[in-house]
Amino acid sequence: MTEAAQQTDVVIIGAGPTGLFAVFELGLNDMKCHLIDILDRPGGQCAELYPEKPIYDIPAIPMCTGQELTDRLMEQIKPFHPVFHLSQMAEKIEKQEDGSWNVTTDRGTLINCKVVVVAAGGGSFVPKKPPIKGIEEYEGISLFYAVKKMEQFRGKSVVIAGGGDSALDWVVNLQPIVKELTLIHRRDDFRAAPDTVAKMRALVAEKKMTLKIAQITSLKGQGSQIEALKLKDETGEYEYPCDTLLAFYGLTMKLGPVATFGMEFQNEVIPVNTATFETSVPGVFAIGDINTYPGKMKLILSGFHEAALMSKKAFEYVHPGRKYRFQYTTSSSDLQNKLGVEEKQEQAA
Amino acid sequence: MKILVTDKDGKEHELDAVTDWSVMEVIRDSGLEMLAQCGGSCACATCHVYVDPEWIERIPEPTEEEIGMLDGAFNVNDQSRLSCQLFCSEATNGLKVKIAPGSY
Ligand SMILES: Cc1cc2nc3c(=O)[nH]c(=O)nc-3n(C[C@H](O)[C@H](O)[C@H](O)COP(=O)(O)OP(=O)(O)OC[C@H]3O[C@@H](n4cnc5c(N)ncnc54)[C@H](O)[C@@H]3O)c2cc1C
Ligand code: FES
Repeated sequence: MTEAAQQTDVVIIGAGPTGLFAVFELGLNDMKCHLIDILDRPGGQCAELYPEKPIYDIPAIPMCTGQELTDRLMEQIKPFHPVFHLSQMAEKIEKQEDGSWNVTTDRGTLINCKVVVVAAGGGSFVPKKPPIKGIEEYEGISLFYAVKKMEQFRGKSVVIAGGGDSALDWVVNLQPIVKELTLIHRRDDFRAAPDTVAKMRALVAEKKMTLKIAQITSLKGQGSQIEALKLKDETGEYEYPCDTLLAFYGLTMKLGPVATFGMEFQNEVIPVNTATFETSVPGVFAIGDINTYPGKMKLILSGFHEAALMSKKAFEYVHPGRKYRFQYTTSSSDLQNKLGVEEKQEQAA
Repeated sequence: MKILVTDKDGKEHELDAVTDWSVMEVIRDSGLEMLAQCGGSCACATCHVYVDPEWIERIPEPTEEEIGMLDGAFNVNDQSRLSCQLFCSEATNGLKVKIAPGSY
């Protein structure tokens, strides 16, 4: 179901560091933004792959973690009130007769804008799928990589695979409503939050669920219905009956729907004009890890630079007829107004 | 200095190793298919390889972090390692690994 279109100047697909900083550069030039990301929080790779690992090559920040960088960017773009559409996949962009764009997500969000910025990084984060032949047959019917509605698992014989927070959280949440529950993990050690692990261990001790130290090698079933898993452990291979499998092996990056947006691609990245960061489709830009040009380096600082140049060209589409004014944040009271600098100083005083 | 890498189709390649480079970097540099999505930060488990049984005892043991990260790989066994955590030196001359399913 598609809702009525929301209006904005720029839709940014991808809320990684590049997409976030683009809000800042666009904001300074009077362009409002909506961001779409399939992750449930901003930060892209920094937030998903290395929130606690250090980064040393952000200019003027000798060291910060992936999460700290994200938090600081969120703080920096706050004055521009970006609108986030999280846990949604941008699926389609369509040019309208008036030259504007309609961007649609898999959740039915529809946004009308003047410029589209693809900041899709290494692609969209999607669940890792076990490399088992024919696994697609079961997906969405008896095999799931996420829980959207808990109720659908009521009364089922459920196996949860994985050893991280998602797996353990769902063990604890689903145990009261399922018929039988088994957690399968390759080793008897879990990386999830210690108190969730303790809850799981208690459920096992109370015989309310089973813990199996094993790995899944294949699935057996009829049509799309799983009937058993083939498990392997030190004792060998055996079948384990169940009707539902929830697999939580973490996320991986897949190019995803941006591949169908209509611009030229080269080996899964988008060639751009390095003066404007526009793609082969006018009005559609690509910045950050998703683009390519001679000399491209996939670094956060490259994405920041690209965002600034993109913003200058995007201005022509969003404010046709208006003259682009180059200003420094240090000295321009106009820019400082936009950033709410005076208010902040007053608050501090 | 060489390493021997079996690709997803079962074909063995002899690659020139570089001192202090990770096995993942040598594989990626050769153009063989390997995801290695986090670029060697032990954060993605898509550089999973099986080390030849003859070699597994001869290389340094995995860290806790690597063992934890292997949870995100598939078909893990006693030969499983993350190739971005294996470093090339004279001592690894002739090291044999096979790229694991899920990492290409
Ligand atoms: C472990 C690790 C360490 C690193 N260390 C450094 C470092 O020290 N210094 C450095 O400069 N760089 C480092 N990098 C690289 C850096 O993280 C990337 O260059 C940076 O994240 C790229 O930012 P981005 O915004 O372009 O893309 P990403 O961070 O990849 O974000 C893109 C976002 O777009 C979303 N997306 C894509 N398609 C869609 C769609 N259709 N719908 C909805 N959402 C979509 C994705 O879900 C993702 O969240 C490191 C990377 C890793 C993995
Ligand atoms: S490249 Fe990501 S864990 Fe090795």
